Amino acid sequence: MIKDINEDVRALDTICVNESQLEHKWWHNLKYLVVGILFGIIFVKAEIISWFRIQEMFRLESFHMYGVIGSAVMVGLISVFLIKKFDVKTIYGEKIEFHPKKFNKGNIYGGLIFGFGWAITGACPGPLFAQIGSGATVILITLLSAIAGTWVYGYFREKLPH
Amino acid sequence: MLETIRQPWPWYIAGPLIGLTVPVLLIIGNKSFGISSSLRHICAACIPANIPFFKYEWKKEIWNLFFVAGILLGGFLGVQLFSNPLPIEIAPSLATYLGQFGISDYSGLVPSELFNWSALFTLKGFFMIVVGGFLVGFGTRYAGGCTSGHAIMGLSTLQWPSLVATCCFMAGGFLMANLILPYILKF
Repeated sequence: MIKDINEDVRALDTICVNESQLEHKWWHNLKYLVVGILFGIIFVKAEIISWFRIQEMFRLESFHMYGVIGSAVMVGLISVFLIKKFDVKTIYGEKIEFHPKKFNKGNIYGGLIFGFGWAITGACPGPLFAQIGSGATVILITLLSAIAGTWVYGYFREKLPH
Repeated sequence: MLETIRQPWPWYIAGPLIGLTVPVLLIIGNKSFGISSSLRHICAACIPANIPFFKYEWKKEIWNLFFVAGILLGGFLGVQLFSNPLPIEIAPSLATYLGQFGISDYSGLVPSELFNWSALFTLKGFFMIVVGGFLVGFGTRYAGGCTSGHAIMGLSTLQWPSLVATCCFMAGGFLMANLILPYILKF
């Protein structure tokens, strides 16, 4: 029963489903820390975490962010295509799995709400972490507020239209 | 070499590198690229409060917390090691627009006039810092993902719900930035 709840709850979240069957020591997670560090450096250097770049994007004053997101999706698409075509395995020899996302109305309502927040803060969740690291310490409050927002969603989830 | 790295990177370098995160995470551990779920794992770890949505084995997702900790460190290193010596250039029309509201410091990644500790206790600052953050956290989880999980990972795997979500992210952003934010900045 507990397992059923777990699966239902996890399935709603498109990212929260990937689970390795293998048990690893904790230090295996350090490789994600390294990828995160490189990712954070790219965020800073390409000014993706700049509030000004986000305003330019939404005010159609610059191509920069469209170029970043568009080319990232292109590379992602090609990579996923190649992984599927050549049945590329993980470094542990596991089959790489993809999880289809189920549509629900939250994709629309939540998407619009996140869009509002994105234009105000100039940041999606990833950049919030990078902005704090870059020295904008007050963004820690924005992050705590985002965690509170996630919590409030969890609290009211069953009452919200999905 | 260092000089080149210190300059702002163009989109055609940064975009493909970000796109490569998708296959890298899949190959090093079968992980789907996504960041906003880290906020959920933090809730599950710290304040689950018996809410079913937060009652799952968050420890299985701990890679995601390592990943975001890395992003924070990367933000620090990016600024400390490779900071751009030149002032950030912004579109002239944006400079004019922001000038009306007294925003003229482009040196930071966020405008220091809006986002600082003393602004937090003003109505405008509270809205920008606290309400903005709340909408990001609530909205991404309601939508089931953010720019990384939906726009990049979702579109890369041709998920149509992610396309819907991405269009809504953009629609919400356009509405806020063009129709609502000018009134708030004026405040």
